[in-house]
Amino acid sequence: MRLFLALIDIFTNPAFYKLTLTAATPLIFASLGGVFSEITGVVNIALEGIMLMGAFVSVVFTWLTGNAWIGVLFAVFVGVGMAWLHAWASITWRGNQIVSGTALILLAQGLTGFLMEPIFGRPGQTDIVGKIPEVKIPLLMKNRFLAQSIGELSPMIYMAFASVAITWFIIYKTKLGLRMRSVGENPEAADTLGVNVYAVRYFGVLMSGVMASLGGAFLSVGEVGNFRELMTGGRGFIALAAMILGNWNPVGAMWASLLFGFSEAFANQLQSSPLLRVASTTKPLFNMFPFIVTLIVIAGFIGKTRPPAADGVPYEK
Amino acid sequence: MNQRLWAFLVPVLSVLVALIIASFVILMIGKNPITAYAALFRGAFGSRLAVASTIVKTTPLILTGLAVGFGFRAGLFNIGAEGQMIVGAMAATAFAINAGSIPAVLAIPLTMLVGMLAGAGYASIAGFLKAKTGAHEVVTTIMLNWIADYLSSYVVTVPMGVGFGTPKSPEIASSAKLPPLMVVQATELTSGIIIAVIAAILVKILLDKTSKGYELKAAGFNPYAAEYGGIKLAQNIVLAMAISGALAGLAGTLEVMGVHHRFLGTLSGGKGFDGISIALIGQNNPIGIIFAALLMGALRNGSNEMQFIGVPKHIIMIVQAIIIFLVAADRIVRTIFLRKKVAR
Repeated sequence: MRLFLALIDIFTNPAFYKLTLTAATPLIFASLGGVFSEITGVVNIALEGIMLMGAFVSVVFTWLTGNAWIGVLFAVFVGVGMAWLHAWASITWRGNQIVSGTALILLAQGLTGFLMEPIFGRPGQTDIVGKIPEVKIPLLMKNRFLAQSIGELSPMIYMAFASVAITWFIIYKTKLGLRMRSVGENPEAADTLGVNVYAVRYFGVLMSGVMASLGGAFLSVGEVGNFRELMTGGRGFIALAAMILGNWNPVGAMWASLLFGFSEAFANQLQSSPLLRVASTTKPLFNMFPFIVTLIVIAGFIGKTRPPAADGVPYEK
Repeated sequence: MNQRLWAFLVPVLSVLVALIIASFVILMIGKNPITAYAALFRGAFGSRLAVASTIVKTTPLILTGLAVGFGFRAGLFNIGAEGQMIVGAMAATAFAINAGSIPAVLAIPLTMLVGMLAGAGYASIAGFLKAKTGAHEVVTTIMLNWIADYLSSYVVTVPMGVGFGTPKSPEIASSAKLPPLMVVQATELTSGIIIAVIAAILVKILLDKTSKGYELKAAGFNPYAAEYGGIKLAQNIVLAMAISGALAGLAGTLEVMGVHHRFLGTLSGGKGFDGISIALIGQNNPIGIIFAALLMGALRNGSNEMQFIGVPKHIIMIVQAIIIFLVAADRIVRTIFLRKKVAR
């Protein structure tokens, strides 16, 4: 009974919906990054590492310049740099894409941990450097529920949804998108038709760097205003799962990200519900929730999805 | 140059290049890389104590390296050694706490068996999902890692938790503790190292001398051809994941039996993840993995000493990242050292 009341309490609370959007946003960005990369045939598990770098770099430059947007901009530069490393190893040198991705995750974990002390003078986490202010939409502020759920959000949340539309447009409505998909499905055929397979793949991977670093920047300067060691906490991998669940389609990836955002927010609200009075020692169990949902969903839905045919296969002329 | 020699040279040269690149990073924070590396070496091998603790650190790394390397040989990328290690250690502890009435001669192998079975079972979830639904093991094992991580922080506070301060389980029964090989100051040189080396030899025999090993390798090398040749893929995937998980589970179990004598939430500390680098540096060869684990154990142990002179431990992660990166794109290394583009 208490659980039932707690559920009603959670679902009627406007803050829950805001939390869902906030939790989904980094996943939307990063899973779009995954779509960009994999649609051209390059597996990019480095998303986790690029996100982490994005989260760190945006805090560093926000701290240096006092402007969180400049922080985000530099995060994108560094994210593209990380993605370029992945592209260089896996496209130019035809290396193992998963292994290269693992290296970049480790590099990001090492570099962010390494640089924290010389820059901020202490390990673990940085000071609060300021974050991107939320914007109010006056039209929505009249209704209490709307005002508290979607009336006042970080502009990066809107950017995430706009990115879904833009990504969808690029991939399905432009010549470039057609080339991207052909390179991911059948690079030999695309090559024969005069498409520069390497260039198109580079574009896909670099775009994944843009997107994943935006996702990371949202976690730090978009949401809390500081950086904590390993703060991405596996979200890059959840984003990969969201991309798979969304069948390598930007809109599908968005819905899957929203599902995971929902489960994160739900677990979060459950453990802090005053009606349930969850003991602080039991709380780690609730953190398992999004990961269990991911597993179940992957296990249950994977039959319906199909990766690009050349995904993960280096192309040799 | 011949392929076998390159298979050996690529990781060695990658380590070299990584250390050179890392020395620029050390320069960047205003430290002297030569002093830093000297401290690293001193910390790893500079005294009897240093050697003993390097070996202690190497022991679980041999096993997680074997876990990942075995997976690779069977065509699976088991990124979940971390979680399997935790679950193995947790189950082994639960058993060993209550093993007081069993004589050591039985308690030791039984505890190891429990840990290995738990690791195998946990890894089999990913194997089963891959075989049944095609879910990529990279994604599923990562999910399982996080689940194991949160589960362990719950287990050490509530069902198994004792005392104050660091969350930990009670001590295991003394009959389940591994006898130390020797004691250097406060550090016990665990006999687990012998078990880890034996495991490496057994994995080598399994892979190279048995028909099951041949089947697993064939399935990993070319799944379609293997299936055409009558090899049951689904069965092999689950079996390969289970063996891989058993090795990772044993890594955690030996940490409990030989080092901490209890379960700690921080037990894995990235050792499962290190298994990936170790498998790659060791070229997925069990004997190569022993040496790669020794290298990584020495780096990890020596980095403590390096930290005393103001160089953060994280530099070792960066070194590791560069090594993996270069091993992934091994043609980079070949080109650097041959000064011409090589075709494979």
